[in-house]
Amino acid sequence: MTTTAVQQEGPAAVAPTPTAASHLRDYWRRVRGGDIGSLPAVAMLVVLCIGFAVVRPSFFSAANFANLFTQGAAVTLIAMGLVFVLLLGEIDLSAGFASGVCAAVLANVVTVLGHPWYVAVLAAVATGMLIGTTLGFLVAKVGIPSFVVTLAAFLAFQGVVLLLMEEGTNISVRDSVLVAIANRNLPPALGWALAALAVGGFTAVQLVRHRKRAARGLVNDPLAVVLARIGVLALVLGAAVYVLNLERSFNVLINSLKGVPIVVPIIGILLVVWTFVLQRTSYGRHIYAVGGNREAARRAGINVDRIRISVFVICSSMAAIGGIVAASRANSVDPNTGGSNVLLYAVGAAVIGGTSLFGGKGRVLDAVIGGAVVAVIDNGMGLMGFSAGEKYVATGLILLFAATIDALLSRRRAASGSR
Amino acid sequence: MSATPLLELRGIDKSFGPVQVLRDVAFAAYPGEVTALVGDNGAGKSTLVKCISGIYPTDAGEFLFDGRPVTIHSPRDAAALGIEVVYQDLALCDNLDIVQNMFLGREKRSGIVLDEPTMEQMAAETLAGLSVRTVKSLRQHVSSLSGGQRQTVAIAKAVLWNSKVVILDEPTAALGVAQTAQVLELVRRLADNGLAVVLISHNMNDVFAVSDRVAALYLGQMVAQVKTTDITHAQVVELITAGRSGGLGLAAEPANGGNGNGAEPADSTTGGVR
Repeated sequence: MTTTAVQQEGPAAVAPTPTAASHLRDYWRRVRGGDIGSLPAVAMLVVLCIGFAVVRPSFFSAANFANLFTQGAAVTLIAMGLVFVLLLGEIDLSAGFASGVCAAVLANVVTVLGHPWYVAVLAAVATGMLIGTTLGFLVAKVGIPSFVVTLAAFLAFQGVVLLLMEEGTNISVRDSVLVAIANRNLPPALGWALAALAVGGFTAVQLVRHRKRAARGLVNDPLAVVLARIGVLALVLGAAVYVLNLERSFNVLINSLKGVPIVVPIIGILLVVWTFVLQRTSYGRHIYAVGGNREAARRAGINVDRIRISVFVICSSMAAIGGIVAASRANSVDPNTGGSNVLLYAVGAAVIGGTSLFGGKGRVLDAVIGGAVVAVIDNGMGLMGFSAGEKYVATGLILLFAATIDALLSRRRAASGSR
Repeated sequence: MSATPLLELRGIDKSFGPVQVLRDVAFAAYPGEVTALVGDNGAGKSTLVKCISGIYPTDAGEFLFDGRPVTIHSPRDAAALGIEVVYQDLALCDNLDIVQNMFLGREKRSGIVLDEPTMEQMAAETLAGLSVRTVKSLRQHVSSLSGGQRQTVAIAKAVLWNSKVVILDEPTAALGVAQTAQVLELVRRLADNGLAVVLISHNMNDVFAVSDRVAALYLGQMVAQVKTTDITHAQVVELITAGRSGGLGLAAEPANGGNGNGAEPADSTTGGVR
């Protein structure tokens, strides 16, 4: 071992600890290089909210704000699952009707067969997992393009929902727990407690990581940036909980309506869990690797087929959860649950949020931000009295717009090398 | 330089159906030395490497590692022995950063959580040990690196695991002059650090710049394995194109008039005598 004693400075030690200013400069450089993440979605969200609020002041009422969450919840949940499939550069066109099938199973188990709610939820999620396994097997092992497999499934599941609904009737869901998911709210104090818990947990994770890296002398984000991140989260959560805890009932004497909708913490928990899986586990790392370069992943000893099947399982399971929320919101399941615009809205949410259709790039948070954009468009245009047809056209155009940005930016990223 | 080869192959045969790609190949790589593996297209270099790394099973022959006979059935067996291959198409993921690529498939974990600080530290130490100072940040995506830097990362990935034998498949094929020099310097340093390095190359300048030994394959046969100092540029070229050069390589052919250069690859009965 004659290591030519030029070890004075390793590559990690060369770079000086960045200051807040240089961190911002770095970020700006990445944005200009095409690595914009969910920046356009956030900008779009702000512009849309201001626009709708100016034209229709009722848009910014506490009641409508709460509506946004329950309206967008199902689509957001499906989009969160779709992110995993999109990360591999695949697509799942059947996610909408998969959620319909799972909702139909839920309704049948709880209403027709009379089982308790948790049995029905388990049955619905198990159905989702079975669907995902089948789709994933056909894509990964048989080798049919995911577009074709899921297009076939899209058609077939539409039929399955009809069959489960006995030709077009609808099944009501009356179970109080299931109905509560999308229609009841948390007590205001619990809302505050959960928000505090989320901010506290985020703070702890960020500070522990910062200290660990500092202790080892690794390049670290400046403390000011870390604190700013925590501050922004606290501000956003605090404002949201405050508004949602306002009284929304038109007549307080009849009933009081306030608090965070129960579906919000459900989305929050799933967001944290899936973000953890993608960013902090080797399984998540392998998903990005397969999406970035399948051959490299295979040579690194990653079981590519297993990864490909597993993302379809995750996607369909999240579709099942989306279906449960949709059934809860409508108090019933009909042959069109998960149909019409649900799938397009979900794909749109993921892509608008910044997940690339070319694979290898995206976050679960993208789906939530994109889901918010889609919900705001749907809700705002509804308030302004646009017809369903006009809403479809507008959403379609925005999806096309987001996909265009994605395509143009992926070229730019390739050129500037910050993919 | 030690006398026992770290990696030694004897009498390796390999056929794909009726086509015999390797016949009775002997090959040795010594610790602390760069062994250049040369040969024309289709001579069997890649097949030999894939046999060593466990991707292809061999039909016959012995495999010795550090003097002990071993069997290699899969890439994992090869990796367990400390044999790493850096392929021509680098097998890096563009959308991951340097650390993530170096540990891909073998991530360090504490519990189920990825242990990023440890991985980053190990990657930094490995690169520093190779005196690599061209990389700005370990957290930049591989897509932002130049060809030479990507090659460096691929090589660093191979040596990260205390590997003993590193096989480099045409590491300079796609590089410019300055970057080629950089990578060759790195190759030399690997050998100076005590590894057995096998360098596959078409480029005679590279071969003579860094290698200690030259092994020449000609139509699936190992025609010569000699010290680089005992051979000339022209002789290596003759070995590659004709299978012999003066006293080296295949014995002169019987009457057939086969004057070396014209030997058709399909004419697999040529030579055969060593």
